[in-house]
Amino acid sequence: MTAAPLVGTDPASAAGTPAGGRRGRRFDGPARTAAGFALGAALLFAVAPLTLSDFRLSLLAKYLCVAMVAVGIGIAWGRGGMLTLGQGVFFGLGGYAMAMHLKLADAGPGELPDFMQLYGQLDELPLWWRPFASPWIALPATVLLPMAVAFGLGSLVFRRRVRGAYFAILSQALAAAMVILLVGQQGTTGGTNGLTDIQGFFGYDLDDPVNQRMVYFIIAASLLALLALARQLIRSRYGELLVAVRDGEERVRFLGYDPAGVKLVGYVIAAGMAGLAGALFVPAVGIISPALIGIVPSIEFVIGVAVGGRATLLGPVLGAVAVAWARTALSERFPGTWTYLQGLLFVLVVAFLPGGLASLWALARQRRSDPAGARWWRRSRAADPAETRTEVSAA
Amino acid sequence: MTVLFGQLFTGVSIGAVLLLIALGLALTFGQMNVINMAHGEFIMAGAYTTYVLQQTVTTAGWSLLVALPVAFAVAGAMGVLLEVLLIRRLYARPLDTLLVTWGVSLMLQQLARDVFGSPNVQTRAPALLTGNIALPGGLTVANNRLFILALALAAVLALTLALRLTPLGRRIRAVVQNRDLAAVSGIPTARVDRTTFFIGSGLAGVAGVALTLLGPIGPTMGTNLIIDAFLVVVVGGIGQLKGSVIVAFALGVLQATGEYLTTLSVAKVIVFVAIVAFLQWRPQGLFTLRTRSLA
Repeated sequence: MTAAPLVGTDPASAAGTPAGGRRGRRFDGPARTAAGFALGAALLFAVAPLTLSDFRLSLLAKYLCVAMVAVGIGIAWGRGGMLTLGQGVFFGLGGYAMAMHLKLADAGPGELPDFMQLYGQLDELPLWWRPFASPWIALPATVLLPMAVAFGLGSLVFRRRVRGAYFAILSQALAAAMVILLVGQQGTTGGTNGLTDIQGFFGYDLDDPVNQRMVYFIIAASLLALLALARQLIRSRYGELLVAVRDGEERVRFLGYDPAGVKLVGYVIAAGMAGLAGALFVPAVGIISPALIGIVPSIEFVIGVAVGGRATLLGPVLGAVAVAWARTALSERFPGTWTYLQGLLFVLVVAFLPGGLASLWALARQRRSDPAGARWWRRSRAADPAETRTEVSAA
Repeated sequence: MTVLFGQLFTGVSIGAVLLLIALGLALTFGQMNVINMAHGEFIMAGAYTTYVLQQTVTTAGWSLLVALPVAFAVAGAMGVLLEVLLIRRLYARPLDTLLVTWGVSLMLQQLARDVFGSPNVQTRAPALLTGNIALPGGLTVANNRLFILALALAAVLALTLALRLTPLGRRIRAVVQNRDLAAVSGIPTARVDRTTFFIGSGLAGVAGVALTLLGPIGPTMGTNLIIDAFLVVVVGGIGQLKGSVIVAFALGVLQATGEYLTTLSVAKVIVFVAIVAFLQWRPQGLFTLRTRSLA
């Protein structure tokens, strides 16, 4: 009930301690990581393209975009304790920046995009669309624009120590405001429909399955790159500091660090990752619209992370892909049931397995290796939280 | 002058709706530091209660009157159920409570879709509340908006009196101010929490009844309102009601003025920017509850 929880009381941290505790195992460190990345690369670049149909592969490309957002949420929320319910905004900023460029490229120089001609209110391109005609501006903007917005909001909010639920609500309100703004400015943003029917991607025709595969490979490579970045970040001194801020912000402040700055960096990085994901989502799916970036999709990004394991490196990615896959598979067959399942999944995982599915893995290993671990699991489910607390901090 | 008054009244009536929704939140968020995302679905439950009652009590005026207490009880019971089953177990993790209750709200929305169908339904408003009242000077105000304003003010008054004068209210205030001290003084905090949750959720039901006067009833009607209501509580400051009252009306007027001067969508952005700017000045909200507890 205290405002600043004691270090280690967050149940998620049980699964989120850096790998230092595993030192001394047979197979660890750089070799293990390299093997992990090699396995991931083999799956993404060889197994998936060879076994999946074009249709399934393009679905996988879409899921991997969601997974890229999840990597960012894993850093901001899992590691930094900032529950951001507005990642859709950054995903959308990246997506719209990319889609605006592709629409302009489709239309050809000096022409208006098709939807502007359709609504017929404009004779010439609005001023704020013009920079996006150049790929040299549009491409960096897909990442830098979300980071700039996150920096603006974050530097205002974190410095004044707005945190916890307050921050979550504010980030969600940002998503609501963004969607309403996009829908309201139909003439220049495409309104509810969004920017649709994107055909070319830097001179390549997106209808061609070969080019769709190329987009898939770009996305898979980007995801691996983001994972490598996240891994370096988590293992760095900054990563340790971020976890420390999550578990005891006041203590970090008393030690002479600036928690606002630490949080800001994590939030901005997460925003950049979401922006990149949005930018790559556009050629993969061919559309970006307010319905893909609003409040509901923003929370759905968080679900995957919660299910997979918020504080782990791979958990968010696997959780995001699994949830997105289950959504497609189940809503194809039983449309109504999926919503119940989604809600139930959320309730059960967050309430009873806060470390996500990744913590099952950790618990199983703990149980096998020493009997005390098994006792910890049993006792943590006991009603008395104080008992759990001493157990965890003693561990 | 007429335009100004018209905008002001629109703003006040937007504020009244916000206030009705935010009152319940101020109570539950303030007391238990719990963000209940399913609050919006309790509003929906209140609205559908009105709809169901109108199938049996066909006189629109009577059904509305009956609906007020029934919706309070229905939504309140749902709140208690939620508190007992889930929220009680998660007090130490407020952020997780937010996510869990969002999962619950998803399920409740789908339930409403399965029971009442996806299309919106409409209730009939009593004849008394459909017209306008002409004020001297060529001003008109809509009766239903006036009714909602009166209802919101009555709810604030009743809640304030209950918190100040009744033994239950004293216990609630004690738990809000210092939970541990209240517990060692012999106040059954768990039972007080449950009662608070009943009242807070019940108020959402009442808000739902009021909303049937303004528009159609649909499964997702709560989602859009709930964020604005949370902003009211965040800006107003938790632990007391006066902040929420002032902020609800202020945001309503700001929204209406912004809408008049620009467009609806730009007004929303203006409100958001104003809130972030306000939190620079007072990050804990308009009024903070000062206690000597270290928490």
